[in-house]
Amino acid sequence: MSMTPSTHPKIRIRDLHKSFGTKKVLDGITLDVPQGTSFVIIGGSGSGKSVLLRCILGLITPDSGSIEIDGENILTVSDKRREALRSEIGMLFQNAALFDSLPVWENVTFGLLARKRLSRKDARAHAGSILAQVGLDPSVGELYPSELSGGMQKRVGLARAIAATPNILFFDEPTTGLDPIMGAVIDGLIVDCVKKLGSTAIAITHDMASAQRIGDEAAMLYKGQLIWQGPATSLMNSGNPMVDQFTHGRREGPISMELRK
Amino acid sequence: MDTILTLVARLGRATLALIRAAGSLALFAFEGLSHIVRPPFYGRVFLSSFMETGFFSLPVVALTALFSGGVIALQSYTGFAQYHVQSAIAGIVVLAVTRELGPVLAGLMVAGRVGAAMAAQIGTMRVTDQIDALTTLSTNPMKYLVAPRLLAGLIALPLLVLVADVLGVAGGFTVCVMKLGFSPQAYITATLNSLKAIDVTVGLVKAALFGFLIALMGCYYGYNSKGGAEGVGSATTAAVVVASILLLAFDYLLTDLFFSQ
Repeated sequence: MSMTPSTHPKIRIRDLHKSFGTKKVLDGITLDVPQGTSFVIIGGSGSGKSVLLRCILGLITPDSGSIEIDGENILTVSDKRREALRSEIGMLFQNAALFDSLPVWENVTFGLLARKRLSRKDARAHAGSILAQVGLDPSVGELYPSELSGGMQKRVGLARAIAATPNILFFDEPTTGLDPIMGAVIDGLIVDCVKKLGSTAIAITHDMASAQRIGDEAAMLYKGQLIWQGPATSLMNSGNPMVDQFTHGRREGPISMELRK
Repeated sequence: MDTILTLVARLGRATLALIRAAGSLALFAFEGLSHIVRPPFYGRVFLSSFMETGFFSLPVVALTALFSGGVIALQSYTGFAQYHVQSAIAGIVVLAVTRELGPVLAGLMVAGRVGAAMAAQIGTMRVTDQIDALTTLSTNPMKYLVAPRLLAGLIALPLLVLVADVLGVAGGFTVCVMKLGFSPQAYITATLNSLKAIDVTVGLVKAALFGFLIALMGCYYGYNSKGGAEGVGSATTAAVVVASILLLAFDYLLTDLFFSQ
């Protein structure tokens, strides 16, 4: 029996496990992300957020479980099909991960050039219009990443993520390392881009202000397990003691930091 | 008894680690080579690697060859003059340069200059998520980063060695004619009489293998580097050291193969 897209979540994760040596990083994650939702995953450092995102992207192979995009298990499809599925995903890395050796315009259109969807001549002009969408002057396209500030690098990273109009967007700690105003600017751009493209988005962050600005839905990861899920608006008063301790940044509570005394 | 068991266990672990590393390197080399002949091809990356490996290494290789040819001529003269066989010097210089000094010195110089740079570039890309970013942009990192560099090493080093051969002989010629009072015509005649096609050919075969090994080590250690700046530093050191040792070991094996009878 085939399922219609409206009944099937865009991303469906079931019982996902991943360990590195003896350390369990993902411990039975089950998650549905509906089409068009902006989903925020919060959690402390080392809780498994980045690993989860990398598993969905196919950069890390989980030990067991399934990850479906539009009903297709990306862990069992052929390499060619996985690459095709991946081409529908845009990713903004934590440190932007721009290619140092290429000018900004080539960074932005890298995916389009790789898939031969644009000639180099057209790509330069196209990069200008994408840069304008993230609030950058097209002349920035001629600069190299090392010539940009942290905020500009994030915007270029965002421009690269949306350049191929993906229907899924991932954001790995989009505001880390930015001042609060620039963080809010980047969040605003993310919300605009997601709305404009009609994409499904997953953002991982431990910036609560950012999580509430970006997200429709939210979930919290703790020690590789999903301990809470609900609307992003209820993040600050979830009723879950662990989530409340985390979102309010309290020292005392059920989450104990493993510090050497 | 326990001490012996511990020793055996350690030896076993070290042997297994060595076999694992050799297997991983062989798979990496095979995959890199397979991408050289499978499209898409990244001509710009190849050209840039070729210029870096070949053209920009010319000054250092040229100077090394020039001085080495001169030193061989001087050292041979001090020994041969005692037996009044100075006429053999031209032959000694040309054989030493084309068979050994040209490929080995050019290889060591390129390993230090280019192998280190490759490991540092690719290693930095690894620890700053740029390699993961390539994957998310539908670009196979082995095809984009490794294959063009392997091909550049394979082609550029023989060309460099041809230049080194000519300049090495020129170094010997200059010392013998300008300092030791040899007749230029006699020196050139003796050089041409001593030179056989096989000497140059084997030197170029060695150079191609050395170029491949240098690029392979630079790419392999860079690609597998981890742990931030320190990891990139270790990868760079390992790439140069292992490439230099392998280069000398393969030099012996090829010399034994072609010239031992």
